[in-house]
Amino acid sequence: MNPVSLLVFDALLLLSIVGLAWASLATSDIRRGVILFMAFGLVLAVAWGRLLAPDVALAEAAIGAGLSGALLLAAAHTQPRPLPPESTNTPRNHGAVGVVLRWAVTLLCTALAGTLAWALLHVFSSTPHDMLPGAISANLAASGVSNPVTAVLLNFRAYDTLLEMAVLLTAVLGIFTLGQANPGYQPAGPVFDGLVRWLVPVLILTAGYLLWVGAHAPGGAFQAGAMLAAAGVVLRLAGRTRIGLPEGFMLRLVMAAGVGLFLLVGLTLLILGRPFLGYPQAWAGTLILMIETAAMLSIAATLVLAFLGGRPEATGVKAAANRQCEEIPRC
Amino acid sequence: MLTTQVLYALAGCVIVALGLRGALLHASLLQRIVAINVMGAGVFLLLIAVAYRGPGLAPDPVPHALVLTGIVVAVSATALALALARRLHAEQGDD
Repeated sequence: MNPVSLLVFDALLLLSIVGLAWASLATSDIRRGVILFMAFGLVLAVAWGRLLAPDVALAEAAIGAGLSGALLLAAAHTQPRPLPPESTNTPRNHGAVGVVLRWAVTLLCTALAGTLAWALLHVFSSTPHDMLPGAISANLAASGVSNPVTAVLLNFRAYDTLLEMAVLLTAVLGIFTLGQANPGYQPAGPVFDGLVRWLVPVLILTAGYLLWVGAHAPGGAFQAGAMLAAAGVVLRLAGRTRIGLPEGFMLRLVMAAGVGLFLLVGLTLLILGRPFLGYPQAWAGTLILMIETAAMLSIAATLVLAFLGGRPEATGVKAAANRQCEEIPRC
Repeated sequence: MLTTQVLYALAGCVIVALGLRGALLHASLLQRIVAINVMGAGVFLLLIAVAYRGPGLAPDPVPHALVLTGIVVAVSATALALALARRLHAEQGDD
């Protein structure tokens, strides 16, 4: 591609990204806003591809656009009543004060964008010092994987990913404390049900592939976890009661597996006299695959539970009691 | 200075500002959550633009890893925020 047509492509892509971001926030119809936001995420995934970030593109398409969109759409659907149009856009648009405030906020945000842009241009105009990328490519062979992004996530900056798994666990525990899961959906018609029968095995297979391939090509635990979660969400949407989530103790084990195995590996290495999460070179690849498998399961469980929006309803006698309980507020 | 890098980074700045404005001005909680997500996407765009080194050159993997972590943290924060909003609606119920 010659530089001019590439520049035109960039301009069109950025115009659609900014336009979709603006449109998803400007509309007063929440559902329309959410759908535009999903489109925004998908176009953004193209931008990640353009900026040579295929790992991020995969995650954005699956999580940023897909699962976030599903979560938001489900929430928009259960929205108790649509707000009247004049109050949805801005709460403070009555009277002169409202108009002044609106403009003040707009001005403030413009100033923020300007400051950010100024700081960035300052960074870009100085000569780049590639110390970090240099150090990564120099040590990549010792990391146990050949995909630099996976090496950063699971080896060089494994701390970050460990804490991220802790954030996920905290979020899902927060969701659990807020109440029961949303009521399920009606059983799907034969066409969707037939599609689900095909789609779910393909999603599980893709998850396994992405997990394995993450060591040397774009992919990894996050993308794989998102694929597994998508299988659960699709089963839920089809009205199935069993969506692959374990129950009781097993569910808690899967939820905590990511952070648990990570900590276990780190502490074991510490006891053996190595730095925390400083894998021995010969074992690095195996340890990373183990941690990624546990992380994938935890991420998938977390995302499915997030879609359920609360503690999943158990099956059996206790479940019936719980369901009755839900009828009475604050039971 | 790479034109591509500058263009994408500037778009990231605009999206951050748009998201912040939406988060501050919208009345509906759900729309505020969408706005914060848009703002986050703007930050991701900034980071990935900074990581870009030009055609044919390997980009800096550290911001890529940061953004991947960011995407997963953003979706879990969104899920928690939505659960909180749902509970809030349930508590306020029929007022």
